[in-house]
Formats: sequence, structure tokens, C-alpha cells
Amino acid sequence: MSEKNSPILEVKGLKTHFFTKHGVSKAVDGIDFTLRKGETLGIVGESGCGKSITSLSILRLIPSPPGKIAGGQVLYKGKDLVTLSEDEMRKIRGNEISMIFQEPMTSLNPVIPVGEQIAEALRLHQGMRKKEAWIKAVEMLRLVGIPSPEKRAKQEPFQLSGGMRQRVMIAMALACTPEVLIADEPTTALDVTIQAQILELIKDLQKKIGMGVIMITHDLGVVSETCDKVAVMYAGNIIEHAPTEKIFTNPKHPYTQGLLNSLPKIHEDQEELQTIEGSVPSPYNLPAGCRFASRCPHQKPLCHLQKPDLIEQNDGVKVRCWMYTDEWTKHTEKEGAVK
Amino acid sequence: MMMFIFRRLIQTIPVVIGVTFVVFFIMQLVPGDPAVLLAGEGASKETVNAIREQLGLNRPLLVQYFDYLLNVFQGDFGTSLKNSQPVLDEIMVRLPITMELAFFSIIITIVLGMAAGIISAVKPYSLTDTSVMLVALLGISLPSFWFGLMMMYFFSVKLQILPVAGWDSILHVILPALTLGAGGAAIVARMTRSSMLEVIRQDYIRTARAKGLREHVIIYKHALRNALIPVITVVGLQFGALLGGTVLVESIFAINGLGRMIVDAIRMRDLPVVQGGVLAASLIFVIVNLFVDVFYRFFNKRIELN
Repeated sequence: MSEKNSPILEVKGLKTHFFTKHGVSKAVDGIDFTLRKGETLGIVGESGCGKSITSLSILRLIPSPPGKIAGGQVLYKGKDLVTLSEDEMRKIRGNEISMIFQEPMTSLNPVIPVGEQIAEALRLHQGMRKKEAWIKAVEMLRLVGIPSPEKRAKQEPFQLSGGMRQRVMIAMALACTPEVLIADEPTTALDVTIQAQILELIKDLQKKIGMGVIMITHDLGVVSETCDKVAVMYAGNIIEHAPTEKIFTNPKHPYTQGLLNSLPKIHEDQEELQTIEGSVPSPYNLPAGCRFASRCPHQKPLCHLQKPDLIEQNDGVKVRCWMYTDEWTKHTEKEGAVK
Repeated sequence: MMMFIFRRLIQTIPVVIGVTFVVFFIMQLVPGDPAVLLAGEGASKETVNAIREQLGLNRPLLVQYFDYLLNVFQGDFGTSLKNSQPVLDEIMVRLPITMELAFFSIIITIVLGMAAGIISAVKPYSLTDTSVMLVALLGISLPSFWFGLMMMYFFSVKLQILPVAGWDSILHVILPALTLGAGGAAIVARMTRSSMLEVIRQDYIRTARAKGLREHVIIYKHALRNALIPVITVVGLQFGALLGGTVLVESIFAINGLGRMIVDAIRMRDLPVVQGGVLAASLIFVIVNLFVDVFYRFFNKRIELN
């Protein structure tokens, strides 16, 4: 258990900004989280909240220009990946930290046999000979449940179905037995039965290899099934960070509450799904106060004035909301006095 | 793959027949009567008629055409009206020269074009990129006869390092091949660049990066193969333009190739030679396109012929 508790990846105050003609887009604006060995961290949030940019920043795969890591640290085994040389970074990519992308249809090279796409990473990082790497690639395909892997390894992506391609992506990501796996919406493009299989597969392999997993998703179902803890992102910030069961049983941040309310419920007869009114602020023009304030049912003038910090509560849940601070109580009392 | 090549070969037959048809009837539209030209100025009407009868030119056009077609399939391209030599013999002498010229030119087109395109695409909007593309734009815009003459003036007359004209040694090949290949190289360079830039943005390039591959592996293994697919098509088409260009370049550099043979024959209204020459050139074009298709399929196995 002590091994499981040692942090393997620590993200501290990470900021990724895009410098464009239209101004600076603060896609990721100061986020912190820790991933421990064997643990699964879910990062959830709606499209454009900065989930994928976070994951790409960890591997320094942000297209630059216009993107740039504008601040913060990504500590992997104590090394800061942000300041590593490109050569050293390459040794980590695909070897110690690998990534599964959300688009299985387009993330594989269309003209290279899938076996070779797995084998090249093995030759590069593990120094395997051609034949050895190929055998291992076939073995990886078998491991991810692709039938007749010897035959499939020689095929090109267009000869494989979407589910199989995603399995190939997983095989590729896991070939070098990484310490950290970043899965960016690994099941979004797949149908529900395949989704369950793929998630099961990642969990199984995680148990075998003992890697830490960052599961990036907007699907709360996926989170409840796979994650130990969850970071909820909104407009480039983490607004709530909690163990998974706490997020589902006792969501604190009004945005998390809204997110959970918008899920269809099995035991209730619902005509319409609930939504969160309004829309996400533009990353080019973020408000000074709480970024969710304008959509929040509990908003007060205070919320618009100053941005709340991510504060740890008694139960270990971290939340970025004025409602859980002393200022809020004071403010409410003041309001009461005025009335 | 063999089945594909075989089917593709079968398909060329109607194309070749079509070419003979077009070549034959276009030549009928050319003003000037070969019988009159052959008989010479001031010949009597009887002489002209006799010549016409002798050559079979008085028969209905369709009959002449099918007669011609039948002969062609038997390997008989007719005889030259000018010197009564079999056209095929003449083609066999001239064709290798033109093929050699075309071969070196297309190599220049491919190597120079792709190299320039890749150099540009690796650092887009850099000084290198801008300069390479400016040169490419010049290459497309300059007419080949002018470019050829300028090179001849510079390298042969001023610097005297390359022969002016003729076709004796490998040194003689350089200027004509450059003249002929330059325009194509410019087009291929621009095509390679834009195709590479398109491919570099693809998700699978990001995947390759995430694997920790080196930049040159990403460019040459992952990007280039995908980027070349449209370039191959352009090279195939360029080959057609190149064959047309041999007519000019052979005339400028006094090379006795197929192109010059056709030009001379047109001037003389030597119909069988013109027909034979154009047919030979068309056949080469058809064969080259067959190669392009096979190549294309090799690069992109998704192409299925049905």
C-alpha cells in the first residue's frame, strides 16, 4: 500500500496559454493534481474546459506556436518535465508516460501496418531487435483482445474496425509498460458494448502493470466505473477535486451539482433532462471573479469580484467556491443585516 | 496485385484504340494535301491523282482508318512519305533518345521537386521556405524554351562548361533534362509542400510524437509516405506534359528525338510519321500512367480497383 501511495506525477500550477491573433487564450490556467502509483484520476468537464490541453501539456505535445506552457511544473518522479530537454522528453514519451487519444479513426497512421506502429516504439525505447519487437507487438495485440493478432498485425488501420483500432492504440500505449497512462476520452468514439470492454481492459492492464492512469472524459458513467478520484475542470481551472464516491454522493461545487443533475435518472420519470443555464466564458476573456458565477444559482456579488481558491474541506474534498468559506458566511450575515 | 496489373493492362487497349482514332482524324483536319506536297510544285493533276491512288488516299476515310489500325496491330506503322523508310524503324531510332531525355527529366522533377517541397514544409513560413517557394514559382512561370536558351547562353556560351547542343555524352543530357524537368520540379515542390503541411497536422502525427519518435522519423516515415500519395498523381500527369515538352526542348538543343521527328514530319505533311510518332508517345504515356497506378496502390493499399 505504501508503494501505491507514492506520488508518481505531480502537476503544480500548470498554465498552458495560446497566443493568437485574437489574444491570449488561457486554456489551462493554473491547475494542480497528484497521481499516485496504481491510481486512476478522472478529469471531467465539458468540451473546451482544458482537459485535453492538460494531458497534451504533460507530454509537451502542445502545438507551438501558438501554444505555450506559460507556468507551473509537471513533476514526474521528481523531474520537472516542463524544463526537460527535447531529447530527454522523447525518452519519456511513449515509454514512461504514454497516451491514448480520443480519435481511433484518425490517430493511427493509415499507410503503416498496425504491428509496425506498435513495434517501432519497442525498438526505440526498449532497444529490441526487429523480430523481437514484432513478436512483442503481436503479443500486445493479443493482450488487448484482438483475434488472430498475427494476421491483424500485418494489416493497415483501414482494415480494422473502430473498436479494434482503439485496442491497437491501447496496445501501442502500453507496449513499453509505462508508469503513467493518459487516456483522453478513450471510449468516446466507440459504441457502448465496446466502451465497457475497453474500460475493463484498461483496468485489467492497470492491475497487471500497476501504472497510474489519468482518465480524461466528459462521461460521468466512465468516471464512476474506473476512477479513484476525480478532478472537475471548468474554464481552465479545477473547481472540485474529490474521491469518486464523494463526487457522486455529495457534490459540493454548484457546477458539479449541475453536472450530476443533468444526468438522466433511472428511478425517476423525467420528461426533460436538466441543463446548466448559460455558457462557458471565453478563454480569451475570462471574468475576474469565479468563472462559473454568471451561471451559478447561488451567485452573490462577492462571486463576481474575486476568484475563489481551491480550498480543502474537512472531509478531504477540495472545492473552489466562496460558499465553503468564512467570507461567504460574513457576506450572508452582512446582507441579512442590510435587509 | 498481379490481377490488378493485368486488369489495368486490359483497360489500356480501348485507350490505345481511341488514341489511334483521334490521331488519325486530327491529321485529316490539318490543311495541306500530302499528295500535292509529294508531287512537288507545278505537278500535273494526273500525277497528283496517281500518287493519291498509290497511297490509298482516295479511299473513304473509315476504310483508310481501319486499314491503318489493322496494320498498326501487326506492327506496321506505314512508310514515310518523305524517304519511303518504314516509320517503325525511324521511331525505334528516335524513341530511345527521347526516353533517355524524359527519364532524366522526370528524375530531376521528382528528386528536385520533392526535396525542395520537404525542405519547405519542415520549416513553413521560414526564410528557406519562402525562398524555395519563390524559386518554384519562377520555375512554373518561366517558359521552357526561354529557360533553355538562357541556360544554354550561361553554361555553354559564357562559362563553356557544358555542350551547346547535340546528344553524344552524359554532359549533353544535363541542360535539356534540366530545362524539361524544371517546370515539373516546381509543381512537384509546391504539391509536396502543401501535402506535407496537411499531413503534419493529422492526428497520427501527434500519435507518432507521443510515442517519442525522433523528428526525422516522424517526417520521413510517418508524414512523407502519406504526403506522397497526391504527389505521385501529379508526377504521372507531369510526365505527359514532359513528353509534350520534348518537342520544344529537342528542337532547341538539336536532339534527334521523337519530338523533333514529329515536328519535322508535320512540316512535311508526312502523315504516317506523325501518326506513328504521336501514337508511340501516347503509348509511353499510357504505360507510365499504368506504373503510376501500380505505385499509387503500393503506397495506399486502400485504393481498390473495381
